[in-house]
Amino acid sequence: MNAMPASPAHIEQIYQDHSRRVLATLIRLLNDFSLAEESLQEAFVAALHQWPQEGIPDNPAAWLISTGQRRGIDQIRRNQTARRHAHLVEHDEPSTEEADETPIDDDLLRLLFTCCHPALAMDVRVALTLREMCGLTTEQIARALLQRPGTVAQRIVRAKRKIRDAGIPYKVPDSHELPQRLPDVLKVIYLVFNEGYSRSDGQHVLDVSLASEAIRLTESLARLLPDGEVFGLTALMYLQHSRRDARQDQCGELVTLEHQDRNLWHQADIRLGLDWLAQALQLTPVAPYTLQASIAAEHATAQHADDTNWKRIVLLYDALHQQHPSAVVALNRAVAVAMRDSPREGLRLLDQLSSTREVLSYHLYHAARADLLRRTGDLESARMAYQRALALTAQEPERRFLTRQLRLLDDHLASRPAP
Amino acid sequence: MKYVALVYYQESLIEAMTEQQWHDLNQECIAGVERLCAEGKYITGQPLQPVTTATTVRVRNGETLISDGPFAETKEQLAGFYLLDANDLDEALQLASRIPPARLGSIEVRPVRELPPKD
Repeated sequence: MNAMPASPAHIEQIYQDHSRRVLATLIRLLNDFSLAEESLQEAFVAALHQWPQEGIPDNPAAWLISTGQRRGIDQIRRNQTARRHAHLVEHDEPSTEEADETPIDDDLLRLLFTCCHPALAMDVRVALTLREMCGLTTEQIARALLQRPGTVAQRIVRAKRKIRDAGIPYKVPDSHELPQRLPDVLKVIYLVFNEGYSRSDGQHVLDVSLASEAIRLTESLARLLPDGEVFGLTALMYLQHSRRDARQDQCGELVTLEHQDRNLWHQADIRLGLDWLAQALQLTPVAPYTLQASIAAEHATAQHADDTNWKRIVLLYDALHQQHPSAVVALNRAVAVAMRDSPREGLRLLDQLSSTREVLSYHLYHAARADLLRRTGDLESARMAYQRALALTAQEPERRFLTRQLRLLDDHLASRPAP
Repeated sequence: MKYVALVYYQESLIEAMTEQQWHDLNQECIAGVERLCAEGKYITGQPLQPVTTATTVRVRNGETLISDGPFAETKEQLAGFYLLDANDLDEALQLASRIPPARLGSIEVRPVRELPPKD
């Protein structure tokens, strides 16, 4: 014990710093998510009682773990019906020394892989990751995802029950499974990040930044699991996040990359993004997140929109499309080709894509087509394409953006001399 | 843990198979079971006759009601089951993915529920 005075605020800070790692270890020791959470709370309450008198332990995390484990085992003893846990009760008092040696970081990885397990539905994985890994409350998650707190709470309860009853293992996949499982984890993190953007529509003030949570998650993942794609995703998110203040104007209206005030881009984030990208490029230069980060880096390092190296961006999209042939990638590639060559060339590529229903129901396809048609001067066709895009999206900022484009087009059409 | 792997596929796919393809599929299943046995993962299992042979029974108000056919019409039909002994869901899923009809239809993996002790 050291002599440092322990104010409640100080203890609260220690809790903030360690609670996720302590929880991750308690889940392993007690083999039960809910019990681990209760035990963590009890350990924290005990800390609030004991630390102000006895001082803060040298290793607060180890103290919280052993106290939590003891409380958890007491709880199991009280519920003698929980026969499943019988083997845990056989061990007596866990010693602090034991907890000291526990590789706590491995537990955090276990927790992340369990929260992102493919046997859980995607929306469940997102909610569970935010709850368990980021430590957000059910209310915060509900607000961030624009869902009812009751829905989120129920989803999390069901997920924990499935983890327990279906025997979803609390482990980091073996090295031969890892390549298959890691993309699942990265996908959840990137979804959390993007959720942060699509939900902050100016009408809702969020008290948590999902984008920051996602970045924090990949950074800790990168520390625990140095994989090129983890670096690539971290780079991608930093580079995108650097534009957070430029992508909306003061009225909350969307501003396209081309028209953003690049002075508003956060240079510190861009530098971090480029650093992560450099590391990613050494390991996985042509993997999907690394390629997307490379594209984002081209934009981030162009002084003006006109300086953008579209030639290189098209090449990067080519590589990405080869790895991941998807309509969205093809669409972005067509736009890049339009910027490199001509709007007409981009339109030709977009028309080739129009054979699939998936593309035709995607509002950004029509928005991109409208923009290119406008650039070629075919304002009537552009108008129709904007209207189709508008009919296909329910997101308010997107709708306002498209409506504004339509109005600009109408003004233009009205001012043209009648044929 | 024990898991049941329920094997579903469209029976029409099987009906469309040639004699040889059907033979090969059966042989592949037999080899798969042998491998599961050798690994100590197989408890029991059985393929089923087609749903046209199914009969459903219900008891309502003490009366036994019998009807022709499966309890529900589904796109894919239950074709058999495996009872597996696996360490956790990951292993159960990995074993289930090796069941040959996984390529044709779907394998639903469910943990078994243990009954509470007898009063």
